[in-house]
Amino acid sequence: MATYTEYPPKGYRVRMSTYWWLARWPYLKFILREISSVFVAWFVIETLLQINALIDGPLAYAEFQDFFRNPLVIVLNIISLFFVIFHAVTWFNLAPKAMAVRMGGKRVPNLMISGPNYAAWMVVSAVLAWLLLRG
Amino acid sequence: MHKRSNEPFVWLLFSAGGVVAALFIPIQLFLFGVAFPLGWLNGPSYDTLKDLIHGPIGRLYLLVLCALPLFHWAHRFRYTLYDGLQIKHLNELVNTFCYGGAIVGTAIAAYLIWRIP
Amino acid sequence: MAEQIALEVTRFSPGRDKTPSVQSFDVPLRKEWVVLDALNYVKDKVDGSLSFRWSCRMGVCGSCGMMVNGEPKLTCATFLTDYAPGPVRVEPLKNFPVMRDLIVEITDFLGKLSKVKPWIIRKKEKPVSEGEYLQTPEQLDTFKQFSMCINCLLCYAACPVYGLDPLFSGPAALALAQRYNMDSRDEGESERMDILSQHDGIWGCTFVGECTQVCPKHVDPAGAIQQYKLTATQEWVKSFIMPRGAK
Repeated sequence: MATYTEYPPKGYRVRMSTYWWLARWPYLKFILREISSVFVAWFVIETLLQINALIDGPLAYAEFQDFFRNPLVIVLNIISLFFVIFHAVTWFNLAPKAMAVRMGGKRVPNLMISGPNYAAWMVVSAVLAWLLLRG
Repeated sequence: MHKRSNEPFVWLLFSAGGVVAALFIPIQLFLFGVAFPLGWLNGPSYDTLKDLIHGPIGRLYLLVLCALPLFHWAHRFRYTLYDGLQIKHLNELVNTFCYGGAIVGTAIAAYLIWRIP
Repeated sequence: MAEQIALEVTRFSPGRDKTPSVQSFDVPLRKEWVVLDALNYVKDKVDGSLSFRWSCRMGVCGSCGMMVNGEPKLTCATFLTDYAPGPVRVEPLKNFPVMRDLIVEITDFLGKLSKVKPWIIRKKEKPVSEGEYLQTPEQLDTFKQFSMCINCLLCYAACPVYGLDPLFSGPAALALAQRYNMDSRDEGESERMDILSQHDGIWGCTFVGECTQVCPKHVDPAGAIQQYKLTATQEWVKSFIMPRGAK
């Protein structure tokens, strides 16, 4: 006796591999961009530890500097720095896509949105550096 | 009729956190994490640092610097766990870990900043 | 230039095959031939059972989308010589169930497309006697890019979120929703927002951006979705500040 089959056929499905993000460079770049958030969180944790040390006075703070000088921490921070900069660059480059700014009936070119963002980044960095390097 | 999702709330936090992280973290991480420990530049003395963050502006800056990027991490990491590891079925656990973690981190930050001498 | 190039094509006959297999054909490598020409050559001269969709052969109908060497392409717009010396691997469009050989089941997309209400919604239709709706070139410019979509589904093949979560509305459906939202004649933005400001609507998108990269008509669905997220967030904020004033 013939069994009833659904019509039309459901089709053959290929399940997406857990390593789908390794198959193409744009996917890998995307995942790296998302992973950058972990290094952002690491910076926050470090800053909280720093504030904690500062609360306990100059001696505790001076001792805490050894944490920053630990070679493993330095390597981790260098890696974090790359990811954090990668986050900033991808963020400013993508910002224009979310904002359809129109002037005079035509869409404003992307550089006019990301340009000021980069400029702000430079200014903020310069101000912070000046505040921290004064002594 | 569908009720509109409240996702915009966490997306706003994610976006704000992304902007704060992009503008403020690179230079601070470079200085405290690389330049000062390696001796390339001289860091601020204890007193200079304390004076910088002692006032209300300094405390507010630190609160924003710590809280918003944590929510940025929470939102992004939640989606990375969904997409990267395909564990959507654990989504309550993931949400609690991510957003809960950000809330706890913010609370710790607020407490520490309040205790700055 | 070599005389021939190898075409490696997915074969799958439902009810007869358990899994798809690959069959290789040698096709002439002509300078002006596209992959679609090679497929038609195989169907005409070698194996008439090879099944695939195509129609206009000039990149406007959206029928011939397939994976060529792992990338979603319109086979009518992909030249064989770009892949010389070959082989050229032709597979059915990713993230859709395979019905037969290179043909995929797109019912899911069609359902999602109708869900976004891709038509002009008016609270009250203007009677014909009052004349036509007037629209300036500037008003047209705000949505024209999104109207270029030919429903070829290359963006769905490129979107990892759609591959991982079949409930996700997907790039083309959301871009077309935006096309109508931005149309000055449309009054349905609020209605669409109720349907789409959901996790399986715009919020599932993580801005990978590959949809925009593969789109043959430069629709920029990723941009459409991010703009939609911004609008949805503005409406959400407004609904708290002025609950009665919000749409």
